[in-house]
Amino acid sequence: MTISAKNFRELRLEGMRRDFGGMNALKDISLTVRRGEFIALLGPSGCGKSTALNCLAGLLPLTGGGIWLDETRIDHLKPEERGFGMVFQNYALFPHMSLRKNIGFGLRMQKLPREVIDAKVEEALALVRLTKQADKLPGQISGGQQQRVAIARAIVVEPPLVLMDEPLSNLDAKLRLEMRAEIRRIHNMIGCSTIYVTHDQDEALSLADRIVVLRDGEMRQVGTPHELYARPAHADVAEFMGYRNILKAQAQSHDGARLRMRVGGAEIAGCAVEATPGRDVIAAMRPEDLTPSDSGPIAASVVSAEYRGRDFYGLARTPEGLELWFRSDIAVRPGEALRLGAPAERVLVYAGGAA
Amino acid sequence: MQGMALTPAAPERARLSQRLARRGFDVTTLLLLPALLFVMALFVYPAIYGLWLSLHPMNGGGALANYINFFSDAYKYDTIFTTLKLAIPVTLVNLLISVPIALRVRHMRYQRMLTTILIIPVTLGTVLTAQGMLNYLGPLGWFNRVLMLLGIIHEPVRLVHDFTGVFLSQIVGGFPFCFMLVLSYVTGIDPSLESAAAMLGAGPFARFRHIILPLLGAGLAITFCLAFVQAFAVFPSAVLLGAPSGPTRVIAIAAFHAAYEEYDYSMGSAVAIIMGAVQIIVVMLVMKASSLLYRGPVAGGKG
Repeated sequence: MTISAKNFRELRLEGMRRDFGGMNALKDISLTVRRGEFIALLGPSGCGKSTALNCLAGLLPLTGGGIWLDETRIDHLKPEERGFGMVFQNYALFPHMSLRKNIGFGLRMQKLPREVIDAKVEEALALVRLTKQADKLPGQISGGQQQRVAIARAIVVEPPLVLMDEPLSNLDAKLRLEMRAEIRRIHNMIGCSTIYVTHDQDEALSLADRIVVLRDGEMRQVGTPHELYARPAHADVAEFMGYRNILKAQAQSHDGARLRMRVGGAEIAGCAVEATPGRDVIAAMRPEDLTPSDSGPIAASVVSAEYRGRDFYGLARTPEGLELWFRSDIAVRPGEALRLGAPAERVLVYAGGAA
Repeated sequence: MQGMALTPAAPERARLSQRLARRGFDVTTLLLLPALLFVMALFVYPAIYGLWLSLHPMNGGGALANYINFFSDAYKYDTIFTTLKLAIPVTLVNLLISVPIALRVRHMRYQRMLTTILIIPVTLGTVLTAQGMLNYLGPLGWFNRVLMLLGIIHEPVRLVHDFTGVFLSQIVGGFPFCFMLVLSYVTGIDPSLESAAAMLGAGPFARFRHIILPLLGAGLAITFCLAFVQAFAVFPSAVLLGAPSGPTRVIAIAAFHAAYEEYDYSMGSAVAIIMGAVQIIVVMLVMKASSLLYRGPVAGGKG
């Protein structure tokens, strides 16, 4: 016997909406999730990602739109009728039940024969490597182990869809990396679809097949990790994806998508993401791409520098008062004057005005 | 040589305050004193004095004469069962109605208003409640009148000066207390546990049976004990609403009768001590039974 997700083709969200009082927590969320896909819902706190997850789980009713599993509409079903697995941020393990009982709870609710339950629980315990602790209570094991129990409990019922609500946010940095790999391994093994809510773009980039960026209850961009990392569709998405330098600039000349623009006292080259950005534009650069060089167009002096082992990350200020985050291979000291520049294809240009 | 001789003596040099602190006593422990004094003066001393009184019978006949007298007179010892017959059902009914209401109320937005309404009976006091019930539920009260007007009954139902009257007043008086305690235990249970159970396919009944009830068990046992002790000491409503010489002759009445009608303080104290003993036995039985239940944290993991 092996744990494997129930068969289905796709999960469809059609114009999913949720209002709280007069506020739209979710606006027209439409998305199709294929079987076996790993989707990350990424966004800052308050963007509606947890609301979206709770709506999918059935813990919150929708105020508009629908959810379909293949040809079946499921948004009117109660959580216990949907058959999805869920991993909660605080794990929500039943404190009065042993790990074995916790994991077997869903199977017992399905009234499966004892032998089947025992076999599946045993397998799930092995999958999360907790066989030896099986008879302990949740309070007697560590946070990372509790997390693994929560995952085992959610997947042992072989749900078509597993929902995860910031499952790693209560773990320390090292454990977080380990559990990340673990979550992806288990996902691949049982072949379910996973919807994973996080505010950590590293987590989303490393885990997901596709990332959905949410902001103020709206879907800002859907794409593969590479698409989001290399070409965020909007300036706010770029900011969230690690483009830490968001600068107001004036376009000077166009050459197709390439354009030159003035930033403070310097003139730099960039790539337009939107078709006609206009005259007032926003230039977005990652600190990793902005490095000191003699030919760099931007003159600045170092404000602070941080040693990161392989390289240095620092903050510099131009004579006009612009602050820029940059990376350097060689040591830089506060007060030092330098020239910074970035390759044109790494400078993304968006229509300005908003930011 | 000198140095070696000094070393073993060093630990004894620790100051008294340090040694006490190591055992968990420090200056803050002194803050216990006022409370301790209070308990000694208002509880321990009267209890011991009562015991001493009860062992010195007014009419002689040995230290245990009062107890022998009590347990050889059916009219006296029956009060224990009369009281138990009243207190245990009252407590159980109060618990049983508190749990569903508390489960509902914890999700309500106007929780505070509702709790205020529910605890008003406590603020009224037993005597006022009893007075009100005498009027409303009496043979000419509106309850009987309305039923008769509607033709549901033809003669007034006997609700006061009977077991029913005391029972009802105990429910009215005891429920708020029970409810507040149960509510605090219920709200202590992490709501994500119920969500987790629902996601695993548990319907409302299964969630109650497998998650809420086991986590509530120890709290319900404590609530039962506290509410039981309160109900067991029933006096005013048993006199005002009941039949104090018949079906509601509770043990407190027997104690009152001995002490203030026969002026036998020694016998009165003996009855009071017996009353305390019965309460302790019931509480111990309940706590013993509840020790079999889960009594750990009621949260679902790291918060």
